[in-house]
Amino acid sequence: MLKTVSFITENFGKYDPKSIDSYLSIGGFTAVKRALTMSSNEIIDMAKAASIKGRGGAAYDTGRKWSQAASVPGLNKVVICNADEGEPCTFKDRAIIENDPFRLLEGMIIAGYTVGAQNGYIYLREEYSHLRPLLINAIAESKAKGFLGQNILGSGFSFEIHLYSGAGAYVCGEGSTLIESIEGKSGRPRIKPPFIKECGLFQLPTLVNNVETLAIAAAALTHGIDDYIAFGTEKSPGSKIISLAGNVKKPGTYEIPFGLTIREIIYDIGGGITDDNELKFFQLGGASGSIGPASIVDTPYTYEDLGKVGLTVGSGGVLVVDDRTRVIDFVKSIQDFFIHESCGKCTPCREGNRQILRIVDRFVDGAQNPRDLETAERFAHIMSNCAFCGLGETAQSTLLSAIKYFPEEFEVKGGKLE
Amino acid sequence: MSSVNATTFEVLNKELAAKIDTIITNNANNSTKLVGILLEVQAIVPKQYLPLEIAAYISQKMNIPLSRIYDVISFYAALSDVPRADCVIQLCDSVVCKVTGNTVLKESLQELLGIKVNEITADGKYALEPTACFGACDIAPAIRVNGRVFGHLTSKEKVKKVLDNYK
Repeated sequence: MLKTVSFITENFGKYDPKSIDSYLSIGGFTAVKRALTMSSNEIIDMAKAASIKGRGGAAYDTGRKWSQAASVPGLNKVVICNADEGEPCTFKDRAIIENDPFRLLEGMIIAGYTVGAQNGYIYLREEYSHLRPLLINAIAESKAKGFLGQNILGSGFSFEIHLYSGAGAYVCGEGSTLIESIEGKSGRPRIKPPFIKECGLFQLPTLVNNVETLAIAAAALTHGIDDYIAFGTEKSPGSKIISLAGNVKKPGTYEIPFGLTIREIIYDIGGGITDDNELKFFQLGGASGSIGPASIVDTPYTYEDLGKVGLTVGSGGVLVVDDRTRVIDFVKSIQDFFIHESCGKCTPCREGNRQILRIVDRFVDGAQNPRDLETAERFAHIMSNCAFCGLGETAQSTLLSAIKYFPEEFEVKGGKLE
Repeated sequence: MSSVNATTFEVLNKELAAKIDTIITNNANNSTKLVGILLEVQAIVPKQYLPLEIAAYISQKMNIPLSRIYDVISFYAALSDVPRADCVIQLCDSVVCKVTGNTVLKESLQELLGIKVNEITADGKYALEPTACFGACDIAPAIRVNGRVFGHLTSKEKVKKVLDNYK
């Protein structure tokens, strides 16, 4: 039985992403045309009814975000498309841009129309610089055909899209940091309040949405939401693009309905573990996500069921790890990543990561001190409670979940790790 | 910083200055485009870096304080203020490449190039840099060579074949 579905990804491979004529020939820009006949409130109600949760990782309700953005007063507003997907084991936004750049633009135009913005910005990570020409062309062709620019399709609504580049900083995936970067500065998060919805890019009211979130909005307006919410479960309706990788036979991006079990994702969609090894654990949502052991592989992939076992959907990354990798080595790799990516602005994240790395290094060598585990846990909790931004708050998810699910890997046995 | 106004530029010649001018003009001399401008300029400077004389030139042209230019250069991993190489090889050292076994890849690169990670060959031709995940996990273990991604590098032969493109 086919377990993947095709709603957000329905256009993948169906048209030439370099050509707007090709896109129009498969019914492209239906969503924008429809949106322009609707009121802002009607679109917001539709997004709320579809219960689209933000796909960058924070899972904030899109309808609610749009309604807040629309109600902020201001004649000049901004929509930002966050295409800075930096979570390790996450490449689904790359797949959307590669295969369906026009749908992303449609999503941005619709978002702009809904919240009353005149300008849209795509913040594309430097690692995806090879996708720049595709987006530059898509923007230019859309403008030439009147889907961007002044008075779009005679509706009175005007909207421009600008493309900005990142330069290799994971922290720029955080909304306010991304804004700093678009303003031509180093990427350090801003204090809130003021919230970016009221005072963001260039001090203007700003809406930030992930690539996939915008693509879903465009798909939902193309087809209506009934087909979309038919997928999934009552509390997690719809589908999600996952990035499946690691020790799995068929890595790649797949659109799945919410509610499949993780076992179905790994074994039916992913074809099972490489070399038929034993599954040891999996990590969901990238480096900032938690890990889960093989014993909970039958958990359904929904927001509510994952929440019960301490996991999150996050960015949609599904990293499969077999029994050849030690949990502590995995934790070490994640820790190295956060040391590199911490921007250094706040003490809990800058120093917490450093001190935790020293402890993790001792565990890797089997030379830990008796109180190391306790100290690491304490620091990790301080970070999740006191860090300035989401990076520091979530940096220790891997360590904390590893301690929870694999306590034996952290046991002190005569000072040596067994 | 005394050499900023000196006339003995080592890297910045007239031709390069003209190209930088074009990049700045194409970006409408817009200071918010600084990150992108620096990336574009770095790509055309020999050894793919941003020396002081070029940072100072951009600062002057765009009327942005040099300190702010350096704030940006030193913050972002993709910008460098020290010489790199003609051919910058970035080895992903994030978890997915690690669990899929990038040890062979790393060792093959070190052996074929005769340098360790974080080093540059004596002739300045190749630099081997570790880098965070660049989103090619579906073809892990992977490298990026001057921005182009190569994956499934599970043996020395495969690595050699990639490097042969950059002789």
